[in-house]
Amino acid sequence: MTETRRQTVTVWQGRVRLGVHVKGEGPAVVFFHGPWGLTWAGFLDTLAQRFTVYAPEHPGTTPGEPDTVYHVDSLWDLVLCYDELLEHLRVPEVMLVGHSFGAMVACEVAALRPSRVRRLVLLDPIGLWRDDAPVTNWMLLGPQELPDHVFRNAEGPAAKAMFDVPDDPEAGALARTRLTWAMGATGKFIWPIPDKGLKKRIHRIQALPTLLVWGEGDRLVPRVYAEEFSRRLAHTRTEIVKDAGHAPHLEQPEATARVVETFLKD
Amino acid sequence: MKISAFHLMPHRELPANFEQRYPSVWVTPPWWELADATRVGQYYNWTLDELLHAARAGFDGICTNEHHQNAYGFMPSPNLMGSVLAKLTNDLDVAIVQMGMTLPTTSPPIRVAEEYGMLDCISGGRLVAGLPLGSPMDVNLAYGITPMEHRERYREAFALVMKAWQAKEIFAWNGKYFQLAQVNLWPRPIQQPHPPVWVPGSGSISTFDFATDNNVCYCFLSYSGARAAQSMMNGYWEVVAKKGLPRNPYRAGFLQLVAVSETDAQAEADYARHVEYFYHKCLHVPPQWFAPPGNQDYASLLASNRNPVRRAENPKTLRYRDFVDKGYVIAGSPATVRDRLIEEVVKSLHVGNLMLLVQIGSMPHELTLKNIDLLAAEVLPALRDIWDDEGWENHWWPERLRKAREPVGAAR
Repeated sequence: MTETRRQTVTVWQGRVRLGVHVKGEGPAVVFFHGPWGLTWAGFLDTLAQRFTVYAPEHPGTTPGEPDTVYHVDSLWDLVLCYDELLEHLRVPEVMLVGHSFGAMVACEVAALRPSRVRRLVLLDPIGLWRDDAPVTNWMLLGPQELPDHVFRNAEGPAAKAMFDVPDDPEAGALARTRLTWAMGATGKFIWPIPDKGLKKRIHRIQALPTLLVWGEGDRLVPRVYAEEFSRRLAHTRTEIVKDAGHAPHLEQPEATARVVETFLKD
Repeated sequence: MKISAFHLMPHRELPANFEQRYPSVWVTPPWWELADATRVGQYYNWTLDELLHAARAGFDGICTNEHHQNAYGFMPSPNLMGSVLAKLTNDLDVAIVQMGMTLPTTSPPIRVAEEYGMLDCISGGRLVAGLPLGSPMDVNLAYGITPMEHRERYREAFALVMKAWQAKEIFAWNGKYFQLAQVNLWPRPIQQPHPPVWVPGSGSISTFDFATDNNVCYCFLSYSGARAAQSMMNGYWEVVAKKGLPRNPYRAGFLQLVAVSETDAQAEADYARHVEYFYHKCLHVPPQWFAPPGNQDYASLLASNRNPVRRAENPKTLRYRDFVDKGYVIAGSPATVRDRLIEEVVKSLHVGNLMLLVQIGSMPHELTLKNIDLLAAEVLPALRDIWDDEGWENHWWPERLRKAREPVGAAR
């Protein structure tokens, strides 16, 4: 992977500094990461070959600025912060890609101003709820259980990249802290049930061409949620990624990038 | 010294294989498999009888507490218990120590101020107002409060309750979590400007600052005994000193498990299985539930990740003698318990408000009464005057109860 450009965009009356990774040339794609922090890896590199990829860090997950999250009180605040970010980027039209919690954020940001969004990609999204198929709360899993709930293969390179802790004690403490804090800073907007009213707003993006991508072995968000999203959106396609869990873009970056790229360039 | 009897109101008859069969004693234990409402009614009544017995036997205070969705200690409303205790002890100089109604889960939190106002009125000004943060299992898991908002919500609720008790005028509260246009509390407590406030903690360093800044009694509620608490309490006293506050032992409380019998050997025969039941079953909780992401602020989280030795050992690997040797439980003859309480707990930790867990795990009613009687008759008298020669005032105790209780002896 090559270096990204880092950019800081200040929003919310100067109180929230959003760290944004930028790479590539072409139409604008904004990627919202999931609950474990931003991992810039192969999937985003591939997208950056054809698009300008902007990947903001959710407030609080930027290294060195954990307390930023305290300035964002609610999901409404968060969505407006991202709305201000999109204003700053000065791109008339964007395509939004989101993973897990980030996919829910992508839906909400699109629902606020649907005219600005051209396409939507949801990777194992949360945001809806069925009592008969509850989303597993990953914040209550132990450190031993977590890798094997996020990934199909808890021993694979993607799982190791996210969960392995460096041997150096200080670096190890920092890595563990960042991971937990990333879950806390995103979990703030979805606790205790990740249904915060998207079902009431999703009609606003009904007409938006949407790609749903699901890891075949997602242990956190059951695949019935693909049907829940499809039922509410008029133009969806669902792709299942084999040998992947809740993070197909990290576990199967090439296969996932292929279906996403094909959809975005249509 | 002020010495109170503390009760958790646990399930006393969990199956022998409970901890193998079920993932947790908290949040998820299945009621329909494990409990029977009629039997649980008996537990509540035993609990009330045991605390009343302690009051009559000569304890200075009786403590209840709030927890939810568990078999470890299930008084979801401590004030229901407290009101019974307040009414039935009106002839006794005993404090009603509510440790207490959980602020972040009570909405609006002036309900805490109101109910405590009622208890203070009913008891004739004998209330100690515990204002706890609540455990993550109760607050985040059972009651759905966002972990990252838990402490902030607590602090706002605390400030609102204190103001509601004391304000002379009707006021508007335009907070982040609570908005009330006309706060005008009925009833106000008898104790002025407000009942003594205790803030229980379980070792979080940020609570030291909170406790000293608000001039409340900080109570370390630990099940690992005084030795494990030493560095934590030293840290508290350092904060007290740094802020230029007097080293008054009454601004600290500590909870200790105690089990007394005629001899050390008899104590083992009487209590070993109940102590092991408590540590093996009643504390059977997935460790990560004690700190869901966001519950600790970033600095505290980093500090605990840097210093993993602070993590407690696994009590499931310990047996009765280990618990006693390590001081988790102080058990034995009256002389043994007396000496250890004085040296290890009261003097080492510099504590003026002592809480004793008198009913432990599966301890049956009769044995609990025996424990209470032996404590009251043979242990408490030796502890009472420990701090008297230093002349401290216990500002954190109801004023009308501050002088020493007359010795009562065994109540039976």
